Amino acid sequence: MQYFQKEIETMSKEEKRALQSERLVKIVKYAYENQAPYRAKMDAMGVKPEDIKSIDDISKLPFTVKQDLRDAYPFGMMARPKKDLVRLHASSATTGKLTVAGYTMNDIDVWGECAARSLVMAGGDAESIVHVAYGYGLFTGGLGMHYGGEKLGACVVPASAGNTQKQIQLLVDFGADIICCTPSYIIYLAEEIERMGLKIGEDIKLKGGVFGAEAWSEGMREDIEKRLNIRACDIYGLSEIAGPGVACDCQFKTGMHFQDDHFYPEIVDVDTLEPLPYGESGELVITTLTKEGMPLIRYRTRDIASLNDDPCPCGRTSVKLNKITGRSDDMLIIRGVNVFPSQIESVLLKNPDITPNYHINVDRVNNLDTMEIVVELSPNVKLDEVAHVEEIRRKLAADMTSALSVSAKITLVSPGTVARSEGKAKRITDKRKL
Amino acid sequence: MVKQIAVFLENREGRLSDCCKVLKQADVNLNSLSIADTKEFGIVRLIVDDSDKALSALQAAGFLSSVVELVAIEVPDKAGALADELIALSDSGVNIEYMYSFAGKDGHANIGFKTSMPEKAVAVLQAAGAKVL
Repeated sequence: MQYFQKEIETMSKEEKRALQSERLVKIVKYAYENQAPYRAKMDAMGVKPEDIKSIDDISKLPFTVKQDLRDAYPFGMMARPKKDLVRLHASSATTGKLTVAGYTMNDIDVWGECAARSLVMAGGDAESIVHVAYGYGLFTGGLGMHYGGEKLGACVVPASAGNTQKQIQLLVDFGADIICCTPSYIIYLAEEIERMGLKIGEDIKLKGGVFGAEAWSEGMREDIEKRLNIRACDIYGLSEIAGPGVACDCQFKTGMHFQDDHFYPEIVDVDTLEPLPYGESGELVITTLTKEGMPLIRYRTRDIASLNDDPCPCGRTSVKLNKITGRSDDMLIIRGVNVFPSQIESVLLKNPDITPNYHINVDRVNNLDTMEIVVELSPNVKLDEVAHVEEIRRKLAADMTSALSVSAKITLVSPGTVARSEGKAKRITDKRKL
Repeated sequence: MVKQIAVFLENREGRLSDCCKVLKQADVNLNSLSIADTKEFGIVRLIVDDSDKALSALQAAGFLSSVVELVAIEVPDKAGALADELIALSDSGVNIEYMYSFAGKDGHANIGFKTSMPEKAVAVLQAAGAKVL
């Protein structure tokens, strides 16, 4: 199977442009009429829906930032009444509140189609057995690829995350040919498979996989492809727009094919917010062209990347997203989970045994992200027993895990020993080489 | 009762000598030093000749330190001496959190320990004929 939706995926540039224009005009009018925050933003800028006549007018529109979603928590950004929404997804925002995205049935269908297109890029088809080892839940990974697999007509194994021994048994017994998970988890699986002495191609029949939700390097891709003898595709998504499937790369790896009939990408200068041409690096901004539940206009993803429009030998004509190279905010992605330093601060502030000074050390050990939070003990705490220190650490580690949804190693140090700096504190050391 | 100073130290090179240097500069004499440690940190417990001076010097130098009172006894230099005292405490339901010995005069060993019920411990030890410091 070469394409999931050939007519769209190989559409000529002119046709695509016309389709995008038609959809943008419609979605802007729809957003203006149904989403109070957009009506307010556009009125404040003096932009009327009628001013938007084609996709070229997109730069006249206001941006949307994560704070807008937080301000609208939980339902203020929805364009449809609750009876029309069929699902909510959410991801962590900066201070404990979630950012929520509501989906109508049609939104789920569109997302499923995009995820199905991605599975085909990884080598899947209607005969495939698709093993989904992304977590199922508010996180979009599991359910996103699940619906994509079903849309494709494949048979989905909803393994979800964790329990590696069982995952491997399912891979062997069911013979999945396509797998979906984070890049660090597939490497962990590959190590376990090797350790158990299972034969690639015989016991493990994988042909391809889509891997995303965290940054990974070309070196990691080569490693995965070699060890498991599969095609490893980089998949992009974010819960505010849609989960995995917004963009995905094919066997030619010329960049991730952006599903730009539904999601229109722009790259803007991080400081001036002026649109940048193809090839230049800046912040990725996405406009949903067809979403009904919660359309987003010019959503600033904070991901730093560039786009390219070079022809791809696969025949797909979409614009392509080059690898994400960083973030324009201080968000960290740890084992696929978004972590903001401000979440860590709010946990520290609630604990009288420590000071709010901290430093985060992020590394990748055996292809798994590790996070250490170095915290100062308060000068007022009285410690003469090891058990008491361990108790402070244990409680802090539990509070962090519960606030961040990812575990961290807590290291307690003496008061005054975490480096202070002038102005904006440099609180993060990220040693991951990606 | 004896005043003990507890100091939190990260497990890295030079911390213990830094701590001792501060005490030297403050002209504080050490009677005992014991360390409870893990892979990452240690708690140093000190008994000194002037605990107020030691505490203020350590705190001024940025060491996380505090004073804890220990029950202390002088144990005669003969077999079974400590066992008798401990049996008396145990029979009375006094729990000991931690215990260590420190230098006494005239060849005696001194034993200090932390308990959640110091008054009771002192009374039990005195009733058993121990020499409480």
